[in-house]
This record gives sequence, structure tokens and C-alpha cells, in this order.
Amino acid sequence: MLAFTLRRAIQAIGVMIAVGIISFSMFRFAGDPVNQMVSMDTSGAERAAIRQSLGLDDPVIVQFGRYVANAAQFKFGISYQFRLPVTNLLMERMPATLELAICATIFAMLGGILMGVYSALRRDTLLAHAFQAISLIGISLPTFLIGILLIYLFSVTLGWLPSFGRGDVVHIGWWTTGLLTLSGLKALIMPSITLGLFQMTLIMRLVRAEMLEVMRTDYIRFARARGLTTRAIHFGHALRNTLVPVITVAGLQFGSVIAFAIITETVFQWPGMGLLFVQAVQNVDIPIMAAYLMMVSLIFVTINLVVDILYTIVDPRLRSTVSRAH
Amino acid sequence: MSEAVVPHKAEEPLARGAAQTGWFKRAVESDLFYSFRRSKITMIAAAITLLFFLLAVFASLLAVQNPFDPAQLQLLNSRISPLWTADGQSPFLLGTDEQGRDVLSAILYGLRISLLVGILGVVLSGALGILLGLTAGYFGGAVDGLIMRVADVQLSFPAILIALLINGIAKSLLGNKLDEMSMLGVLVLAIGLSFWVQYARTVRGSVMVEKNKDYVAAAQLIGLPAPVIMLRHVLPNTMGPILVIATINLALAIITEATLSFLGSGMPETMPSLGTLIRIGNNYLFAGEWWIVAFPGLALAILILSINLLGDWLRDALNPKLR
Amino acid sequence: MTDTVLSVRSLQVEFASRRGTLRAIDGVSFDIAKGEVLGVVGESGAGKSVTGLAVIGLIDPPGRIAGGEIHLAGTRIDNLPPEEMRRVRGKRIGMIFQDPLTSLNPLYKIGDQIVETIRTHLNLSELAARRRAIDLLAEVGIPAPEKRIDGYPHEFSGGMRQRVVIALAICAEPELIIADEPTTALDVSVQAQIISLIKRLGRDHGTAVMLVTHDMGVIAEASDRVAVMYAGRVAEIGPVQAVVKNPLHPYAKGLMGAIPTLAGEDKRLVQIPGSMPRLSAIPRGCSFNPRCAFAFDRCRVERPEPLAQGAQSVACHLYDNAPAESAA
Repeated sequence: MLAFTLRRAIQAIGVMIAVGIISFSMFRFAGDPVNQMVSMDTSGAERAAIRQSLGLDDPVIVQFGRYVANAAQFKFGISYQFRLPVTNLLMERMPATLELAICATIFAMLGGILMGVYSALRRDTLLAHAFQAISLIGISLPTFLIGILLIYLFSVTLGWLPSFGRGDVVHIGWWTTGLLTLSGLKALIMPSITLGLFQMTLIMRLVRAEMLEVMRTDYIRFARARGLTTRAIHFGHALRNTLVPVITVAGLQFGSVIAFAIITETVFQWPGMGLLFVQAVQNVDIPIMAAYLMMVSLIFVTINLVVDILYTIVDPRLRSTVSRAH
Repeated sequence: MSEAVVPHKAEEPLARGAAQTGWFKRAVESDLFYSFRRSKITMIAAAITLLFFLLAVFASLLAVQNPFDPAQLQLLNSRISPLWTADGQSPFLLGTDEQGRDVLSAILYGLRISLLVGILGVVLSGALGILLGLTAGYFGGAVDGLIMRVADVQLSFPAILIALLINGIAKSLLGNKLDEMSMLGVLVLAIGLSFWVQYARTVRGSVMVEKNKDYVAAAQLIGLPAPVIMLRHVLPNTMGPILVIATINLALAIITEATLSFLGSGMPETMPSLGTLIRIGNNYLFAGEWWIVAFPGLALAILILSINLLGDWLRDALNPKLR
Repeated sequence: MTDTVLSVRSLQVEFASRRGTLRAIDGVSFDIAKGEVLGVVGESGAGKSVTGLAVIGLIDPPGRIAGGEIHLAGTRIDNLPPEEMRRVRGKRIGMIFQDPLTSLNPLYKIGDQIVETIRTHLNLSELAARRRAIDLLAEVGIPAPEKRIDGYPHEFSGGMRQRVVIALAICAEPELIIADEPTTALDVSVQAQIISLIKRLGRDHGTAVMLVTHDMGVIAEASDRVAVMYAGRVAEIGPVQAVVKNPLHPYAKGLMGAIPTLAGEDKRLVQIPGSMPRLSAIPRGCSFNPRCAFAFDRCRVERPEPLAQGAQSVACHLYDNAPAESAA
């Protein structure tokens, strides 16, 4: 168990180093930091002085080391657009993105599991076919179109929900939350659905396929031969065995949800990290792009690690083979 | 208990070059065509996809105006609602936008860009993926390790994020204001670099399998060079799965292009794709001019849905295990 | 017979398929008495397992029981509503499947699975059910049951897992146990133990046992009576000694001739030419006639009905002494 966790942790660090190199290369080579900092008429000598002070004349490996050391302390430089430390900008917007991503994931899990279980157990009903059709549309409609459609329906036509922003937020330390105000909650609804819909169809398809697979196994047949109630078989045995891979996938997808939030945040002008990133791409604000990449990667890698460890806890077979391995 | 369904001989007329004579007959008698004929939805999807391709190719003949030639636009014609509504005016079937552009014409020209970027993106990612997959599978060892680690890392990030990053880097290296054609090139590059992993994994997998078969050993014995063996003998065996991936990826590439354009990092308004049109139209949604965004959106959705249906069918038809 | 536990009469099971309806079981009849072990033997596809599943009510669509009756201790069970049939399963009929490695849910402790089954059928408290589970594990021969009860299935060997499966099958004192190839997936060394365990449990509890297998050795060892199935029908049924020593049906003769014996090492094993017909192509008349060395005209047109021959019963025209109009 320990060896397994350790191996996974080393892999995670490897990925982070790779991302760090990419991020550093972007920072160092894609945009010349000096050009971005000075005006057109700055003299060569002044530029050289700035280069010196930024350490840009040091060997690349030294610069990389410094970059990593700074990144480890969450120092990612100054945004070209805002003239503010990137870290502050990202931290300020992180709560909005995380709240959105969590709500979207909860929505996707609940909807996906319910619809998936239903369409697996009642395979040939009208509703099950309807769910299948919804899932196909959910995969085929680009996220931004879904967002626009929702805005047109619920903001423009019906006027029920706000079409942009987070509503009123409450500050808890450095964290800001929209979960404690009515307008904040209302503002969360459409972005969460927009962001969660794709994941929901994914989870639904996965649950359905896994459940059908599990229902065909010998232990389900044996459970039926033991006379267990349908309820116990479906929800005690089949669902639990289905959920192990489903939770893994949903967990691993959380990182993608954060990245996909880029689109949703743009549609709903949601003040999160994704919107910041899109603006950074448009304005070629390399420090923000590099820092965002590092942040998202860190979240990805952490989630993967946690899911791997959780997986061994949920599935007793893995637990013992893993512990037997050393 | 139940009777095993004996599959017909697995023919892949698209993969293996059928003999020149009678290839049509073989194609018509094949399983692929049979399953195609049996699925009405697939036939409709194929018809729609074909229609969209034709519309894109003949856009300039079909459109009532070149919507992006300022000389042809008249502000007098701005914000006309679709023909069947009370304020509709001929010849603007789907209405016009702020600048008096015909929405239908804009869609036809936009479709052309969307499909062009999508197809070029798929070709680039396919070529890259196949090349890297063949290399990794054939040489193995450190080369394989390196390529597959990169693939692993990339696969854990959504393509849209990678495409946005590549887009941003390209802009930074080439200067922020790019002309239309170089923007198109940047988009193709971004899509190509975002979607190669799946091809590479598939090709690598089958190379690993095929590599140890006798016919490859025989080919090596008679002294055929490695690239020839790979391209002539191993690659044809992977064409089925590659075709499936390419079809599904065409839908993904079109979505990615549309998304990038919608986010403002794609095609500029002077040469808009469907995504750009939706971005433009979105601004008029609150003013009640729904048609400026609705029709490009609808066109995009139907196009992607049709391609996805074709991809689903192709996957099931070429994979007898799933039947 | 007053002590008949299971009585199957003219059972028919059909499977709907794209190419029409396939009849997997066609007019099967047999009885099992209290404490008796009936061995059901035949090639794979002969309908042995389907018969077992039909008795316990687990034929899933597209399959269905198309005709005949199944009686359990006097009550008809083949037409019970699903919920009532569910209460029969596990409570009055226990079932043991072929592969103990896949019969247990890997995510639950074996104790939880036994307690769950006990409490489904018997009105016992959690604690009482657990105590009973430990007793059951002890009875099926699992050492240190009070410790092993908290183990997960993967922590048990194949033979031990099959013992757990047996404990699950008997946990509500069923009147009938259906064992579907219970030893096929096990090591040879363990097979004999499991067979004697099933036999002992049947005797101790007075349980009727339907033992489905393709292994004549298992049949000879464990069963009191044997039914030989061929292409969805019972070819011959009778006391095990009689059928093994003196098989009447040509197919049974071939089957018994195919058993290697220690005594007759110099005898060549007999092989039945050809193979069992597919369900979609069962020949007219006697389904065995294309492979039968004794087949005559009547066999090709008329289906033989079971005929009593002493303690045995055989479905073969060779034993029909009454002059038939179609006989040549």
C-alpha cells in the first residue's frame, strides 16, 4: 500500500516536472519578458539592465531552477495586462471556478447515475430511449451552444435567472462564496448545468454500460438464486459494483471539468480562472497562461493521486494485492 | 443456450484495396454496406453530412451575396428577421445581421471554414499520430517510452486547453494580430497537436501485435526496409479503427474550432467560421435578434450530430465484437 | 409417492431468437424424492443447466417456460408470480453454480453475504444470523469460521469458496438443492471433497439434490438415480447402478462406453460418431437417430415416448414391443 502510493506520488512529481518545463519554456521563450515590460523607446542599455535584474542572462538551467523554486512558492510573475502578481489574480478567481466545478460535478453525478441506472434496469422503456437520445445530443452540442440556449430560454425569454456573473458573494477569509446568497445560488444554476451536462452524459453512458455488464455476472445470477430481493440485487450488489469505476472516472474528470470551465465561464462571464485564462490567451499574457497551466496540472495530478488511493480503499481485492506486493 | 450468431466473413472494403474489377459489387455486398442499409438514422446522417459538404463546396454559387465583401453589404438591409416572420424580406431567407449580411450566406461561407479547419486538423493529427504510433510500436524501448509518456500526460488534459495554449503560444511567437489565413493555419496546428494521441495509441497497439507475426519476419528476411514493412504491411491492418477515430475526431475538431472561435481565439470576424458567427450573434441575443445566433448554432449542432452518428455506426459496424 | 420433493412434468423451455423459436427443453419429466440425489448428465447443450434454471425460475428473456409443470413438495411453482418465486429461491430451493470464483460478490465480506441471505428468508436478528452463518461455515468444513466470516471472497481458495457457496445455498434449510456443475471449475483433488460434502448435506438434512454434471464419474459416485439427457429430452432415467451397468438407450450405451475404467484397460473407449444437433436443427423423430447404430425407419418419423423397463425408463423405439402401425 505504501509502496504503491509512493510509486504514484513519484509519477505525479514526474508529470509536474514535465509541465513545469513546458510552462517555463512558454514563460521564457514564447514571450520575451523584457519586451512586455518596457516601452518601445527603452534603450538597449536599459533593456540589458532589466535582463540582468531579471536574471535572464543566467544559464537556462539556473533560470529553470529559479522558476521552479518560485512556482513552488506560488510565485508566477507579473501579469502583462493587469500589472499585478499572477498568483493574486488566480487566487482571487479560484473560489468561483471551484464552486462552479463542484456544483457541476454534483449535478453530473446525480443526473448521470440516476439516468444510467434507470436506462440499464428498464432498458426498453420509452424513458430509457429518451435518455439515450439526450446523451447523444449532450455529446454533440458544443458547451457554448448549450449555454446560449439556456440563457435565451431562462434569461431572455422567461427572465428567471441571471445571464452573467456570480450574484452576491460572501467573503469567508480569502474565499468568496456564492452559496450563501439567493442571487449567488440562482447565478450558479445555469453555469453548473452547462458545465455538467457533458460529464453527465459521460457518466450516464458509463453507468449504463457498467451496470449491464455487472448484471450479467455470475454473482448477480447467484444473488438472484439466493432469493435476494430485486432491490437488494440492484442497489446493494449491482450498483455498488458499478460505482467503483464510475466514481474513479468522475473523480478523474474533475480536472477536466475545471479546464472545461473556460468555455462556460466565458459564456456566462463567470469571474473565475477560466475567464482569466481566455483573456490571457487573447491578449497574449504569457505569465497567466503559464501559471494557469501549472495550477490546473497541480489540481489534475493531486486528484489522480487521491483517486488512486481511494480506489484501493473501496476495492478490497486491490487493497490486499497491493499490500501483498511488498 | 441461445444460438450463437455466426458473423459473416469480416470484410473491410474500405481498408484493404479491393481488386479493381468488381470492387463496387464487393462493397455493395459487404457487411458494412449491409449494416448501413439497415440503419435509417445512419442513412439520414450520411445524407445530411454529404449535403453540408456540398453546401460548403458550392457556397459561392448558392449564397445570395458574399457576406464578407463590404461592397455587397447595405446597412439598409440590417437586422431583417427571417423570411417567414412578419418583417421578413426577400431574398434574406434566414434574415440579416447588424451589418446587413445575409445570415444564410454567412452560414454557407462559415461552414466552408469550419469544415476546412476540421478536415485539415484531422489530417494533421492523423498523420502525426500514425507516424508517432508506428515509430513507438516498431522501435519500442526508449523511443516508445518517451512518446507514450508524452501521450499519457497530454491525454489527461482536455484538448481544448491544449489547443488554447498552442493558440496563445503561436500568437505570442508570430505577433498578436494574424491575418486570416495564418489564423486558419494556427487553428489547424492547434487541433492537430491536440488530437494525435488516440491515433498513436491505436497504431502502436496493433504494431506491437503485428510485429511478432510471421509475415513481418518474412518481410524482414527478404530485406524490406522497416518503413516499407510498416507502411505497406502493418498500417493497412489498422485502417478500420483509424477510420472510426478520424470520423469521431472530425466532429471533435469542428467543435474545438467552433469553441476557439467562440472564445475569440479562432477565426476573425473578417473570415468567420460557424463558431465566429455564433460569437457575433450572441451579442444580439438580448436585443431579440435571435436568428443571428440561432441558425449558425443549429447548423453547427446538426453537422456535429450527423458526423457523430456516422462515427457511432462505423465503430459498431467495424467492430464485430460489439454487435 | 408422498416424499416426492420435486416433480417435473413435460417441461418445455423455449428461446425466442431472430431465426425463430428454439426449443431447448422438450418434454422433460422426472421426480426427486426426499434425501435423494438425482444426477443429470449429458453433453453441453443437452439442456441440463437450462432444466435446473427452469426449476429455480431463473430463465431470463428471451427464454421462457413454454409448457409443462414443476411441483415442489406438492405446490406448483412454475407459474408463481415473480415475487413469490423469489421467496422460493434461496428459501426452499438452494442453488450452487459452476464457478465459485465468480459466484460471490467480490466487494462484500462472505459473512455479509451469508447474513444477507439468511435475513432475507428467516426472521432472525443480525446477531442470530451471524451466529447461524458461523455454524453453517463450520458445517461445510471451513476452518476457524468465526475468523473467516470477515474475509473477502478473494481471500479464499477455489475449493473453500465453493464451500461458502454451498453454505449460502443451504442457509435457509431448503428442501431442494440444485448443483449445476459444482466441481467442474475445481481442482481434481478438491472435487471429491465437494461431492461428498453435497452428498452428506443431502443425507443429513433430508434434502433432495439435483446434481447437474457432464462427468459420469461424479454421477456414479454421488447420485442415487441418474437422468441422461440428449438434445433437450430425457433419453433414459433410472437407478444409477442399473443405468451405469446396463444402459438401455443407445446414446446412454455410448456414454457409458466412453468412461475409462481401471479394470478394463485393454478395452478401447467407444466413441459416438457425430455430434449433438444444434437447437435450430433437431432432426425429426428421435433426435438421436442420425448418430444411432440401431436406428430404423420409425426412429426417423416418430418421436419415442418414455417406456418403463423395470426400474429404468427409456425413450427408445427398440424397447417398444407393441406392434406399431408405422413399423416396417
